[in-house]
Amino acid sequence: MTYLFNTPDDERAMLARIGATSIEDLLAPIPADLRLDRPLRLPPPLTELELEAELRQLASRNAGVSRRTCFLGGGAYDHFIPSVVDEIAARGEFYTAYTPYQAEASQGSLQAFFEYQSLICELTGLDVANASLYDGASAVAEAVLMAERATERAGRVIVSAGVHPEAVQTLKTYLARWGARVVTAPLRDGITDLDFVRGQVDAQTLAVVVQQPNFLGCLEDVSACSGLAHSQGALSIAVFDPLSLGLLKRPGDCGVDIAVAEGQSLGIPLQYGGPYLGVLACRMEFVRKMPGRLIGQTVDRRGQRCFVLNLQTREQHIRREKATSNICTNQGLLALRATAYLALMGPHGLREVAELCCRKAHYAAEQLAAVAGLERLARQPFFKEFAVRCPQGVERALVAARRAGLDVGPQLARFPRLTGIPAADQEQGLLVAVTECRSKAEIDRLAEALRP
Amino acid sequence: MRNRAATRLLSELSVPGRRAAVMPPCDVPPRPLDELLPAAHRAAQPPALPELSEADVVRHFVNLSTLNMSVDTHFYPLGSCTMKYNPKRHERWARLPGLVDVHPYQCGDDVQGLWQILFELQQMLGEIAGLPAVSLQPAAGAQGELTALLVAAAYFRDLGQQRTRVVFPASAHGTNPASAALAGFETVQLPNSSNGLVDVSALRQVLDDRVAVFMITNPNTLGLFEPQIAEISRMVHAAGGLVYIDGANMNAILGITRPGDFGGDMMHFNVHKTFTGPHGAGGPGAGPIAVRADLGDYLPGPIVARDAEGYRLATPSKSIGRVRAHFGNVGILLRGYFYLRTLGAAGLRAVSEQAILNANYLQALLSDVLPSASGERCMHEFVATAQRLQRERGISAMDLAKRLLDYGFHAPTVYFPLVVPEAVMVEPTETESRATLEAFAEAVHRIVDEPVELVKEAPHTLPVSRPNEVQAARQPVCRWTQS
Repeated sequence: MTYLFNTPDDERAMLARIGATSIEDLLAPIPADLRLDRPLRLPPPLTELELEAELRQLASRNAGVSRRTCFLGGGAYDHFIPSVVDEIAARGEFYTAYTPYQAEASQGSLQAFFEYQSLICELTGLDVANASLYDGASAVAEAVLMAERATERAGRVIVSAGVHPEAVQTLKTYLARWGARVVTAPLRDGITDLDFVRGQVDAQTLAVVVQQPNFLGCLEDVSACSGLAHSQGALSIAVFDPLSLGLLKRPGDCGVDIAVAEGQSLGIPLQYGGPYLGVLACRMEFVRKMPGRLIGQTVDRRGQRCFVLNLQTREQHIRREKATSNICTNQGLLALRATAYLALMGPHGLREVAELCCRKAHYAAEQLAAVAGLERLARQPFFKEFAVRCPQGVERALVAARRAGLDVGPQLARFPRLTGIPAADQEQGLLVAVTECRSKAEIDRLAEALRP
Repeated sequence: MRNRAATRLLSELSVPGRRAAVMPPCDVPPRPLDELLPAAHRAAQPPALPELSEADVVRHFVNLSTLNMSVDTHFYPLGSCTMKYNPKRHERWARLPGLVDVHPYQCGDDVQGLWQILFELQQMLGEIAGLPAVSLQPAAGAQGELTALLVAAAYFRDLGQQRTRVVFPASAHGTNPASAALAGFETVQLPNSSNGLVDVSALRQVLDDRVAVFMITNPNTLGLFEPQIAEISRMVHAAGGLVYIDGANMNAILGITRPGDFGGDMMHFNVHKTFTGPHGAGGPGAGPIAVRADLGDYLPGPIVARDAEGYRLATPSKSIGRVRAHFGNVGILLRGYFYLRTLGAAGLRAVSEQAILNANYLQALLSDVLPSASGERCMHEFVATAQRLQRERGISAMDLAKRLLDYGFHAPTVYFPLVVPEAVMVEPTETESRATLEAFAEAVHRIVDEPVELVKEAPHTLPVSRPNEVQAARQPVCRWTQS
């Protein structure tokens, strides 16, 4: 039998030692009337050879970014992944271990996650990062819950309409039992309406949440948002794109208290939306309010530097209902990938990737305007992604692009109403993301394909 | 072979000017950056990441990997975590083009094969659970718990009932009360029972019209199948509540009995445990939930549906909303699918039978030095107590755990469940041989006769020994800084 060891002889000897007559005897604690009296209705088992043939066939019915040209964005991007990242993450010593409860037997993981935390701190300009959350969207929810603990306020959270709609939906799900306390700050010309925020933030507001670049790709004035939050003692939460920090100001340098991100762009394959990486970093004063695992440096009994799971009294296995979060299993292997990616990139590589994305995205925006007549939805500075209006109809544009082997989007109409965007713009709006992987020729093809 | 000198940090290895990744030249017409991005948005310089060569990075991480114990290298009987063998074929298949490189917003016509896989996985999990409505969205077991509790909250709101409480036994995983609190419920913990099972009379006393959900792990965290589970479910249902099955211990009952058949209304699977995820040094997992048909309307969307034209995404009519972006931890769900297709019904049942055989055999081999807390035969794992060892020899569960590392075994879970003093929770899984179990038992027997000082200072052969956790917590150092 696949993956099993015991031979019939083993089984007999083991049962004898146990003092049982049969396997059936061992199942006796399960009451007979609760047993399933038939085999499970599952497909028949397949050998490695057979299943591989079937899976190759199923996989070939999908067309991913290796067969098509990807201008898709909306929080997941076709960035280049150096081979070393795959090689490191494929080490069985990493991926077949679990949570490093036994520090002595897990120094490899513990040091790697300590390094992850260290690099995320450099990247964000903040003091402390946890060892990962599920994804960028649930990280937004965790950051808001953390702000509630840190401020001890029972008020509202002001969330920019420029935050990824699926992150906002996630936040609302997490907050559902506390009633609707999310106030949506509308966009004005593509960025958060700061006058609205100024009018809404009060002494009970627990946080202001903006995304940089925002869902439409536009750059926000994060420092101004932080200033407005701080003016009333609320926290500033920013959702950032890790790769953009090769060029853009770091959240910590914009007054942000808690920075969260979807870390997919740091060496993580697209794999239809997950597993990705929830990044969370904050100022040191909030360290004991953080959700999730945290690795700390210490010394062992011989005085050597080593690493341990730290501040575990925040966590569910100790604090139970008073824990700072319910998270147990996290996204460790993805944090490892991100660490390897950042180590390979270094400051100059990260800068180069960010510049390439930015230059190519701007070239694409020009060409889409000049050749295809597609105007940007908002005339704001952007980084690697922007939204365009398709006056001839977004469906037609998508079909034309698809015919040319190009994927672009997502279309804005698939998301709930984005407050502050004219309804017609959302109806006809399309996101276009351009990474370092796209060539000038591909961009030209896109502009040509979308020409009316 | 381990390189003992290689534990410097990336930042300590950094040499200014070293490069690993180099990007190609820009092929679009150059424009000054100032025209593209206003200076106000730009950083003066990129973040101070370490500067390394590619070979530096490879050697660093490969050497780090050798400081871990793992299923690939060691017996890893970490109770409650189901550290079974992770098939290599899964790794190859999960990386197939068409599976690994699909964007979450890709057109439906281009992901029909993937949607078919996910649809079939929903159906297979529903069948294994005996609960037909499945959401693959939750990223891990704890998120599955939260999701199901929010489903319950929405269900009772629609019924017009004010149910504010979630009840669980003292032996519950910490995630149960933490998820309940996060979902906005009051938590009610049942007192310890003397035999490790749910105290049915204590449960009866708390059941009233305030109770929304009773959460139970079955087999429970002592490795015992709750013999009164049918009666417990009837009581909860009679009081108008729902029964939630924490599926962490599904490895014991695959194809033998189903949560839906013993009264569960909702459950989660831990794909990284039962269906050999793998565990990824702490994650990622996947925590799909299965619920009763009438609760299916409340599941998070999207789920995969099928109609005459093929597969499509759908959101249930009264959905509680999302608990994350995109579809789910697809990379892990795929591996679960591969596993189920490899084993089939008979193979899955054999998994549970062999897991139970291995656990009982190891429990029997250790019974003279580490008696089981319950004194009963176990299911797929057992909880022993080192209380006598502690009393007679001064060797605690933690000391034993640390010394086992010297013998080349990962330690069992210790000090959980909280209801057993000096708990040692052992889950050998079905993918270990009789010889491995005997070697482990022999190591335990040798350790209990070793000089106590030797054991108390263990491990002796690993790169570090007994980290000072108190110091780590008192003055947290959670990042590298230039000293």
